[in-house]
Amino acid sequence: MSKKLSTGTIFTEGLWRSNPVLILLLGLCPALGVTSSAINGFGMGLATTFVLVMSNLVVSSLRGIIPKKMRIPCFIVVIASFVTIVEMLTQAFTPALFKALGVFIPLIVVNCAVLGRSEAFAYKNTVLRSLVDGIGMGIGFTLALGVMGGIREILGNGSLFGISLLGESFNPVLIMIMPPGAFLTLGYLLGLANHINRVRVSKGA
Amino acid sequence: MTLGYIFTLVIYAMLINNVVLMQFLGICPFIGVSKKLNTALGMGGAVIFVMTLATAITWGINAGLLKPFELEYLTTIAFILVIASLVQFVEIFMKKMMPPLYRSLGIFLPLITTNCAILGTAILAIQRNYGFAESLIYAIATGIGFTIAIALFASLRERLESAKVPKIFEGPAISLITAGILSMAFMGFAGLVRM
Repeated sequence: MSKKLSTGTIFTEGLWRSNPVLILLLGLCPALGVTSSAINGFGMGLATTFVLVMSNLVVSSLRGIIPKKMRIPCFIVVIASFVTIVEMLTQAFTPALFKALGVFIPLIVVNCAVLGRSEAFAYKNTVLRSLVDGIGMGIGFTLALGVMGGIREILGNGSLFGISLLGESFNPVLIMIMPPGAFLTLGYLLGLANHINRVRVSKGA
Repeated sequence: MTLGYIFTLVIYAMLINNVVLMQFLGICPFIGVSKKLNTALGMGGAVIFVMTLATAITWGINAGLLKPFELEYLTTIAFILVIASLVQFVEIFMKKMMPPLYRSLGIFLPLITTNCAILGTAILAIQRNYGFAESLIYAIATGIGFTIAIALFASLRERLESAKVPKIFEGPAISLITAGILSMAFMGFAGLVRM
């Protein structure tokens, strides 16, 4: 990051222009794996946001101490510690969500979106800027997962957040909550993101 | 463990519960390293190798260290550190002892540390209470399943290169939709064996 961004831009950057899922294509495994309902999508997004914000905070405040050659293992230890905390918290307070997200909670460790922010942003920026970056990226990630979960739940189950929307006569498109539906939904969302960006570019030019 | 059970486990891990298309683990290399069939096969080979080794070692650590001392909450931290250092070690070892193999798999090894399929398989083998032999068979079959999926996908993408794709779906978007259709095909394996 050579150019200096204002704190506000850092925040909005993660929401859309560098959205981890829709633009940078980072963290696709959870984006596909847990979005069979809106609740799961948001839950996973919030868990990842927590890890992202905390690891950004710790990495940026230790950036003077962590030697350059040892930085990746250090990042991994920091991230893994917060993932363990999230694991324990979800297990204790939201056991249903813990069960639904399954193996994807420990797998936040290898979410490239989290490690990527430590490496690309937090290691080079101040604590405050890294905090804002973590929150922005986290919300961007959560929104992407929530929207995906919402679309799949409405089409595949006729409900949103577990509340029936489309009534009895709706014939659910079961494939949408099954594995292929995840790939299809994300594929079309990426197409939509491409389209919006193209429109914006042509309007700006 | 009968032969029938082994067969069932292999079919289950390889096709029915395919690691990429059904469980969504290892999506990054699946999308990233699947432009050419050759590189896809190289990545597949590296994944089979590291996955088997990592599952064997993490199984041992879980049974020998974490379980007896009731440290199971450290599973995530311990496993990721083991896998990260294992990959480094394999890289150094291969470079010294098996240069031809290193030349063909070497560039894929660093990418594997952040491949969630490796950590995911190691954790799943523990969660399902597999024995040592079972874990090994599960890891090998999962690795082969990964290779099948990425090789099929790479062949499809080689064809896609010459296809006319609508402008907004160019790149990853059309790849994901293709993967969705491939995943539908793999759903046909459901019910082949009962676990």
